[in-house]
Amino acid sequence: MRRTVGVAVASAAVVLMAGCGGGGPQSGGDQKLTGDKIVLGVLNDQSGAYSELSGRNSVKAVEMAIADFKAKHGDAAVTKDITVETADHQNKPDVANSKAAEMYDRKGVDIILDVPTSSAALKVADVAKEKKKLYFNIGAATTELTGKSCNKYTFHYAYDTYMLANGTGKVTTQQVGKNWYILYPNYAFGQDMEKSFSAAITAAGGQVVGKDGAPFPNTSGDYSTYLLKAPGLNPKPQVLGTMQAGAELVNVVKQYNEFKLRDKGVGLAVGLMFITDIHSLTPAALAGTTYTDAWYWNFDQENRAFADRFQKETGTRPSFAHAANYSAAMQYLEAVQAAGTDDADTVVKGLEGKEINDVFLRNGKIRAEDHRVIHDAYLAQVKPQAEVTEPWDYVKVLETIPAAEAFAAPSPDCKL
Amino acid sequence: MTGFLQNTFNGLVSGAFYALLALGLAVIFGMLRVVNFAHGAFYMLGAFGAYVLLSEAGVPFWAALVIMPLGLGLLGMALERAVIHRLTRLDPLYNFLLTFGLTLILQDLVKSRYGVQSSPYATPSALSGSVDFGLFDFPTYRVFILGFAVLVCVAVWWVLTRTRVGMVVRAATERPELTPAFGINVGRWVTPVFGFGIALAGLAGVLAAPMRAVNPLMGADLIIVVFAVVVIGGLGSIFGSVAAGFGIGLVQAWGEAYLSDFPIVSQTIVFVVMAVVLLWRPAGLFGREEAPA
Repeated sequence: MRRTVGVAVASAAVVLMAGCGGGGPQSGGDQKLTGDKIVLGVLNDQSGAYSELSGRNSVKAVEMAIADFKAKHGDAAVTKDITVETADHQNKPDVANSKAAEMYDRKGVDIILDVPTSSAALKVADVAKEKKKLYFNIGAATTELTGKSCNKYTFHYAYDTYMLANGTGKVTTQQVGKNWYILYPNYAFGQDMEKSFSAAITAAGGQVVGKDGAPFPNTSGDYSTYLLKAPGLNPKPQVLGTMQAGAELVNVVKQYNEFKLRDKGVGLAVGLMFITDIHSLTPAALAGTTYTDAWYWNFDQENRAFADRFQKETGTRPSFAHAANYSAAMQYLEAVQAAGTDDADTVVKGLEGKEINDVFLRNGKIRAEDHRVIHDAYLAQVKPQAEVTEPWDYVKVLETIPAAEAFAAPSPDCKL
Repeated sequence: MTGFLQNTFNGLVSGAFYALLALGLAVIFGMLRVVNFAHGAFYMLGAFGAYVLLSEAGVPFWAALVIMPLGLGLLGMALERAVIHRLTRLDPLYNFLLTFGLTLILQDLVKSRYGVQSSPYATPSALSGSVDFGLFDFPTYRVFILGFAVLVCVAVWWVLTRTRVGMVVRAATERPELTPAFGINVGRWVTPVFGFGIALAGLAGVLAAPMRAVNPLMGADLIIVVFAVVVIGGLGSIFGSVAAGFGIGLVQAWGEAYLSDFPIVSQTIVFVVMAVVLLWRPAGLFGREEAPA
């Protein structure tokens, strides 16, 4: 008998406590969160070509941001119920389209993050506009997201083709050589990259002496025709600019080394490269190659501290996309905290024009005109093998490109 | 002229891979009437095996060149006994689907352990220089691949034409119903021939590791072209598959070099050739037109 009463009292106490804890708004007044919680959606490639540079580790980065946000705000946090939904878009625009709609409509997602592959990203931007829900793109490169396909609910976070071409094209032309031969995969991304690079090279006083669109996907895996052609062009190119990505980039670089083009006076510049690519090619294969990086894990103490925590969670060092996912999730949560609501229009108003400095964004600013998030970018060079002193520390940063110069001015095509 | 020779040489090197893979497909199809869709996956396993042996056990390229084909050949024989054998009596479509499923399983097993990122594999130091041919110089490793592949093809040709095993295989390929009637135990040779075909794929994979991206999908990209090669050469024709392999390598290299202003043409040229050949000779260039067995 006594025992029953004890249990009853304990139960009552628990119910009361729960009631106090969860009951109604605390200080701060009318908090309005749909479903009393925040749901972050990470939509990316979890099994294909981009699953290493984004993939599940992007989800981990977002989870780290949630933990940090909760630790920072404690009881004052707008809510403690913050969860992550995730889906694999397989780099297919149609899959991305339906998964995004499902996330917003059925999973209660407030914001979609990541989304590599430009064609998929453009679809998600359309869905965000239609559903009036937020979308922070990180993984895709196309400038169209802040150009003619821009919209009120879409923000472009980490990098774009202009940033890559502007940094690498300009500085390589000035420092390595004026004559370029460009090799690009013949589809939307590659063609965009070729145009951006040609423009940047010409603007820096260089010239493109030859360019070729290689088949995409290149089923034979062979690039020797182009690599043999390059040194024989007139005038002779001093730089081979390759716009291939992922496994195709690996093929190009392996064969570039096989034909010893560096010894023949043709340097290498890479359009888009992630730290994971350097890891798989080994720094020896890429030594001396310049490229533009949006963030590097061993750039300073703050980055390194984040990279150490990330490595504890995942066993690997973060790519810039991982760090950007962390930052984007954090900045969104802060914006909701400041607004006191997850209402998309209110949050957008708070984000526009905001200046931010965090582990990923240095001198960052969210442009109100086109929702491009500008920040410092970095011109990086792969170290010679002899200078690599620890795993994953493969590059040195040659130059910081100030935020204002790193990205293109807002496009007149963008009407928010 | 120099450029033409270089492109020709490169075409032959690409062709060497097609020839080795197509040769394996051809002997397997000839003997078992199985279109082995998993051939690309075994090619991938050959390259990945070489990478794992080197990075985790320090086994050099030369040893991998022996170990991987042998190991994969045995695995192939085990698979033939365990599953493929059971479906050979049924419509060929069953084994096609089975090997397609096997491809997905093998790819995903490698993916789940090593990820999709390409793995590094350096060219063996003895072959890392280049050979001077007077008019042009060429990477030693590519010269080696070409020489080695030609050697393997000649050896296979010798075995098929000069030995008793070869006679049985050719007889079983050309007259599958008549051969057993002469009291020849064809069944005995089915499993080793399947293993041999797989070993050739593994060999091509090891050869590819130093010059191609080593990742779980490397075979899936290549196998489509190899199927086109086999169809052009004539399904089951051993000489045809080798000739078409080198031929397609050349066509691709020349197409990329001289039709680069028409990317659509240079990208699809293999399949254009396939379509033309099928219209002209439906059984392929070296295939025999006869009612299917």
